[in-house]
Amino acid sequence: MNRIEVKDLNVYFGDAHILKDINTEIAKNTVTALIGPSGCGKSTFIRTLNRMNDLIPNFRHEGDVYLDGKDIYNPKMDVVDLRKKIGMVFQKPNPFPKSIFENVAYGLRIHGVSDNDKLNQRVEESLKSAALWDEVKDKLDNSAMGLSGGQQQRLCIARTIANNPEVILMDEPCSALDPISTTKIEDLIHKLKTEYTIIIVTHNMQQATRVSKYTSFFLNGEIIESNLTDKIFIDPKNKKTEDYITGRFG
Amino acid sequence: MSIKIWSPKISQKIMNAVFIISGIITILLLVLIIGYILIKGLPAVSLEFIFSDPIDSGKYGGIFPMIVSTLYVTAIAGVVATPLGIGAAVYMTEYASENKLVKIIRFGSETLASIPSIVFGLFGLTFFVLFLGLGWSVLSGGLVLAMMALPTIFQVSEVTITSIPSSYREGSYGLGATKWQTIYRVVLPAAIPGIVTGVILGMTRAISEAAAVMFAVGASLSVPISIFDPGRPLPLHLYILATEGISLENAYGTAAVLVIIVLAITIISNWAVDKYQNKIMGR
Repeated sequence: MNRIEVKDLNVYFGDAHILKDINTEIAKNTVTALIGPSGCGKSTFIRTLNRMNDLIPNFRHEGDVYLDGKDIYNPKMDVVDLRKKIGMVFQKPNPFPKSIFENVAYGLRIHGVSDNDKLNQRVEESLKSAALWDEVKDKLDNSAMGLSGGQQQRLCIARTIANNPEVILMDEPCSALDPISTTKIEDLIHKLKTEYTIIIVTHNMQQATRVSKYTSFFLNGEIIESNLTDKIFIDPKNKKTEDYITGRFG
Repeated sequence: MSIKIWSPKISQKIMNAVFIISGIITILLLVLIIGYILIKGLPAVSLEFIFSDPIDSGKYGGIFPMIVSTLYVTAIAGVVATPLGIGAAVYMTEYASENKLVKIIRFGSETLASIPSIVFGLFGLTFFVLFLGLGWSVLSGGLVLAMMALPTIFQVSEVTITSIPSSYREGSYGLGATKWQTIYRVVLPAAIPGIVTGVILGMTRAISEAAAVMFAVGASLSVPISIFDPGRPLPLHLYILATEGISLENAYGTAAVLVIIVLAITIISNWAVDKYQNKIMGR
């Protein structure tokens, strides 16, 4: 079953045509990797899925994006609710300058949860899901800014999980991290995929093969090829895909 | 082609000396002024001086009503100017795009900051005291000081809020927060150290004003109870004591108390800001 369907999506920033005729489907509870050279539109694409591009003044789109059959660009769509369902982890860890606890509780608080027992419970669950609990359980009141980069990124994942989303978008989540932290995040992705639909943008092709079931190759704002990750890396159908994954450009 | 007079090593040494000397002169000036006021003024300061009423226009007795007036007008200025300044800064940074109105507001605020305080005083007399009928009162005086403190609070807040990384905002929106939730729960708490610094700068400017309040607050020698009572803040009292030749000794005493209040506010707020900053940034 498909969680997300994208039909004839075109995205413009002012006069710049960033995404061209994107048609794709994202299967439920799987990991989909988006690969492609810098500036090919991968990040713009995932930001279209939770309407983060709405924040950019001259953003314009054509076509439809469906989450569980509902058009997310329908004027009746509640963006707050959409972003609760489609969480996002950013390229650079961006915890709030608040305590570890308050970072994870943030999403709950803004959506009206104020009961302390419930907050405590959700924060603990989320930190455990993000494989961070053991490292921070004794210092929940300390600032999140004091954590290492890898811990901060797992905190951002915990913060997203606390909202109980259906989809988690990850925009190059390991690009600012060392190899050990990267491994931890990848392990985490394997754990999370049973419950969440994950879309991950990555520049690291090994990472794509390690974590994802499906891969889409983006080039100049178009999806050149989408397939099972194993197929795309072993037997790419398109010459451009082959050139990219074998390192001939990008 | 550049003309080399000194070798890089020597010019580096000269510049080192220039910077160090500038720093030392700045600190010396500060120590000199504060030291001078305290040495001349502290002998007049006693508990009795602080807590008793003036006698014979301030020739004898204390300055209790002036201290109350000062705290009163400064508090009114703070209560009025702080939300306005922060509100305007939030509007400029989070709502308005870089358009004409934004430029006009910024220009207006810069102009407001450069208006001489005596002109503020005159405006306070015609607008607050006479036109709005607030009379000579700590309210009128406080409102004039609010106008004076507003540009500082606004400008410092604007710069601070602009410097908050947009990644914080993105993180908040990404979790489904509304614009107001993002401002209220993420942007403003992160900006508090800078905003408090701006508020304190504005307040210490206001607390030290004689010219701005002299036409608005009256010159009463008794303790103001309601906001409609006239008062006489410390700088005004100091000015009157000195210019009317009432008592130079008590003028220095008043100055010493004023300096101590300003120093206390600055030191305590700096300490609190550092503490908060360390807490949220995990240092």
